[in-house]
Amino acid sequence: MTARERLQAPLVSLLLLLVLLAAWHIAVSGGGSAQEMDPEYAKLMGQTATAGKSAMPGPIDVAKTIWGHLKDPFYVKGANDKGIGIQLAYSIGRVAIGFGLAVLFAIPIGFLIGMSPMMNRALNPFIQLMKPVSPLAWMPLALYTIKDSSISAIFVIFICSIWPMLINTAFGVASVRREWLNVARTLEVGPIRRAFTVILPAAAPTILTGMRISIGIAWLVIVAAEMLVGGTGIGYFVWNEWNNLSITNVITSILVIGVVGMVLDQILAQAQRLVTFPE
Amino acid sequence: MTRQISIEGIAKRYPAPGGGETTIFENLWLRVDRGEFVCVIGHSGCGKTTVLNILAGLDQPSEGCVIVDEKEIAGPSLDRAVIFQGHALLPWKTVLGNVAYAVSSRWRRASRAEVEERARRAIATVGLAGSEDKKPSELSGGMKQRVGIARALAIEPKILLMDEPFSALDALTRGTLQEEARRICRETGQTVYMITHDVDEAIYLADRIVLMTNGPMAKIAEIVVNPLPADRRQGEIHHDPNYYALRNHLLDFLVSRSVSFRDDPPAGYDPRNPPIVRLDGGEASRSPAAAIRAA
Repeated sequence: MTARERLQAPLVSLLLLLVLLAAWHIAVSGGGSAQEMDPEYAKLMGQTATAGKSAMPGPIDVAKTIWGHLKDPFYVKGANDKGIGIQLAYSIGRVAIGFGLAVLFAIPIGFLIGMSPMMNRALNPFIQLMKPVSPLAWMPLALYTIKDSSISAIFVIFICSIWPMLINTAFGVASVRREWLNVARTLEVGPIRRAFTVILPAAAPTILTGMRISIGIAWLVIVAAEMLVGGTGIGYFVWNEWNNLSITNVITSILVIGVVGMVLDQILAQAQRLVTFPE
Repeated sequence: MTRQISIEGIAKRYPAPGGGETTIFENLWLRVDRGEFVCVIGHSGCGKTTVLNILAGLDQPSEGCVIVDEKEIAGPSLDRAVIFQGHALLPWKTVLGNVAYAVSSRWRRASRAEVEERARRAIATVGLAGSEDKKPSELSGGMKQRVGIARALAIEPKILLMDEPFSALDALTRGTLQEEARRICRETGQTVYMITHDVDEAIYLADRIVLMTNGPMAKIAEIVVNPLPADRRQGEIHHDPNYYALRNHLLDFLVSRSVSFRDDPPAGYDPRNPPIVRLDGGEASRSPAAAIRAA
């Protein structure tokens, strides 16, 4: 990419954003036909029916709502009315715990599978069977056995993030270059030291790729899981605002979920850059 | 001179695709003395790398054994350092890190400062002082191979095993590195087993040159004693009166005799004691090339 193209790209992005916002604004501001009705009935129906106003909020309404959330993200006004910051913190906390537990399981087991072709074959049927199961299908079983909705959500995150990491770790460990292992062998390096000084650094970029896929899936799944279990979290917030018919808040949450997902991905991308080595 | 390596009747067989077995070589015997520089020449597929891997302990022979310093070898050892064909540096470590990794494997209880000191000395020996903090990807092919040599030398091995260490380099770098390798090995009295298929490299470096026939069923055809003086210079060896006789003998072997010898070994060929060929002027030898010259 030339320096000029590098400068052009953000300008084009900005332009696209403006076009999108303008289209959105125009699409929702058009007045529909107002209906003649009894004044008492009109009070119940609201402006959508009486003034022909669109039910869809415009960009300005959403911007105002976002500003409102940003001004006070951590308020608590009862069980069903908490600031968006608090809801996000719950979701991120669940993802962090579930993902962290998955790392603790997936990396050692992945090592085992990658080192031993026998274990690879032995565990492969289980992995192939479990991997395509939608994590939400585990929810009833989790709720029944764990009997705690919050821990069940964490379990669902755990079960969905473990597979990509497991598979990538096993693949990374199995494809460490033979000559690097031979270097360790001719230096009489013991198996533990070899695992930490040769296999782990060599497989780290592949492992990080698996972690990046996992955190992406985990962030997708937490929203759906929280819609099911309810109580707290950004997923619950979206569903609650749908029940309140607050489309503005729903759109706000969509944007916030996107931003957080992007940040999580970028954190792991940065970590991946740190462990990647040029050959 | 005392014997350091004794290869005793080793064989290597692999299961053949259509059932049965393919024998790469069998009944292979070779002795190498302490401080000797031995080069093995042969075409690809003759099993010379397999022999080196067996010496390194990275591979096991199907039959026979290898004795080093009066003990049968069982697996890799820090006493036998390998310089790999593709340098095999760990790309996430710096030059210093790669060499220090070997040093700290050799002297496990050495302090960090001591490890670094030894590593820096080995890097300086191969002429790379100043590049300690570079990653392998920032180095040229010749420099990478130097790091590989430094890593092998740093652990002060009894035997150096080299698998075509200079084959991937350009001619100029190769010449310089050959000179340095010879100087270092002579200074440290290193025993070296080196594989090459470059005739000139073998003539310049080796004390004895082992000729292997083509595989499968490869044999050690003969062991040629290098007639050139120990104090030789790369630019001058071709003026030595024995140089062309030696070079022609080696090339003749690679061109034709590497096949004919395997298929039809001369009468009285004993794999335990392959014929020793001396080309230093007129001495009776069993070499056909010498016979042709005499005629």
